[in-house]
Amino acid sequence: MTRFIDLTLSGISDGAVYAAVALALVLIWRATRIVNFAQGAMLMVTTFIASAVITKTGSYPLGFFVALASGLILGAVVERVLIRPVESAPPLNAVIVTLGLYTLLVAGAGMIWGNTPRSFPAAFSLQGYKVGGTTLLFTPNDTFIVLVVVVVAVLLALLFRATSLGLRMRASAFAPEVARLLGVRVGGMFTLGWALAALVGAIAGVLVAPAVFLGPNSFDPVLIGGFVAAVLGGLDSPPGAVVGGIVLGLALSYVSGYEGSSLVPLAALAILVIVLMVRPSGLFSASKERRV
Amino acid sequence: MLELEELTTDYGPVRAVDAVSLTVPAGSVTAVLGANGAGKTSLLRTICGLVRPTAGRVLLEGEEITGLAVEQIVRRGLAHVPEGRGVIGELTVAENLRLGGLWRRGAAAPIEEIYELFPRLRERQGQPASRLSGGERQMLSIGRALMARPRVLLLDEPSLGLAPLLVAQIMGLIRRLAEGLGLAVLLVEQNARGALSVAQRGIVLNLGHVVADQPAERLAADERLRHAYLGF
Repeated sequence: MTRFIDLTLSGISDGAVYAAVALALVLIWRATRIVNFAQGAMLMVTTFIASAVITKTGSYPLGFFVALASGLILGAVVERVLIRPVESAPPLNAVIVTLGLYTLLVAGAGMIWGNTPRSFPAAFSLQGYKVGGTTLLFTPNDTFIVLVVVVVAVLLALLFRATSLGLRMRASAFAPEVARLLGVRVGGMFTLGWALAALVGAIAGVLVAPAVFLGPNSFDPVLIGGFVAAVLGGLDSPPGAVVGGIVLGLALSYVSGYEGSSLVPLAALAILVIVLMVRPSGLFSASKERRV
Repeated sequence: MLELEELTTDYGPVRAVDAVSLTVPAGSVTAVLGANGAGKTSLLRTICGLVRPTAGRVLLEGEEITGLAVEQIVRRGLAHVPEGRGVIGELTVAENLRLGGLWRRGAAAPIEEIYELFPRLRERQGQPASRLSGGERQMLSIGRALMARPRVLLLDEPSLGLAPLLVAQIMGLIRRLAEGLGLAVLLVEQNARGALSVAQRGIVLNLGHVVADQPAERLAADERLRHAYLGF
């Protein structure tokens, strides 16, 4: 029983990170109908920046906020400089651009910071909670991870549902031309969508870095998890991304705990294939069409 | 008031709008008629900035708006109700309406005013716009355009797909809006008879250029034009 509780709790913690990455992918998909293959590389860069700040100043909170700020800026710059020119081109062009950006960022990070993964500090203790004499795998830092992702998801939901900025962003995503006719500056909304996505990605990077270490390719498995979670949730639904992330985290945790961790990538792939076969629009998708 | 001077639009080698000049005074309806492919929709898309003209000028209240971005033109007081109604199905009725007045901030029409005009929309305010019927969608897209208190209103085929009784209601409404709010309305229609019944002026387009520009009653009475271009 303890084992089941352990696996469930660590599944939720992993799932929270998948959910955050999935949220980032969904924000970009909704805003510009582009799957951002560079998401993992972008959050790798912002996490390296956070690492540099923490090493220099010794302040974790400062590093955390610098990661968020650099995510916002990076997302906006990528949209304005790289994506805007191909936005009206066939979707494949933008996909190729994001793949190119991935390669560029990974290679650049390797040149600047080296290819050997380094450690990254956790916000809170990595000692598991003690309950009645047994030590759980779940740690105070896991609590922090889950809480941060919950807060991010709630803030995003409020932004989209309760503010006029969110209304403009949703209108731009669903019907860009109609939105323009109603005076919405759609280009600005797209930039904001990318910036927000990169910010959420940056949060995921800082949260997961203590577990996966920090190197140019460290976040690839996390990105794959995020993809599966986003597809599971329907790719255009933020609540779907969160639920998809948690479901995936739990599933992979049980597979890893009961069957062996070597099966985890296979299990993720199997879930992806099954979802695409059985319910290609995902669990929560608003629209029927899928252009990928 | 909306004025076009020799407005011309090309899609690659195809001339969609050919040197169209016209004036729509405030408080009046001008109908633009013509067969499919006559350039009616292209004309509206050029006026509102979705398509860039090759030549000519567009003036809104005497100020040139040619070549401005759509968002800028909208901010000068022009509203375009696109063909197929353009309601955003994923948003609720109330959200669609609010969106129409957002750029106006405090100066937008109160949503209550639109609900008084279209009580059906009040009943359905919390529902996604995708659940609305064709007539309700038309009310929503016109109401949404009015939220920004425009001076010029472009309507693209508001009667499309509506039952005859609804068409008559919508046409009557367009006339009342123009006179009541002092709007300059440019009404593009396939339904020539309906459009001419409410318009002061009628313009017939063929292959992108103006073949007739007359007071609406005279146009409706001109049998030669009716047979050749309007099909009634």
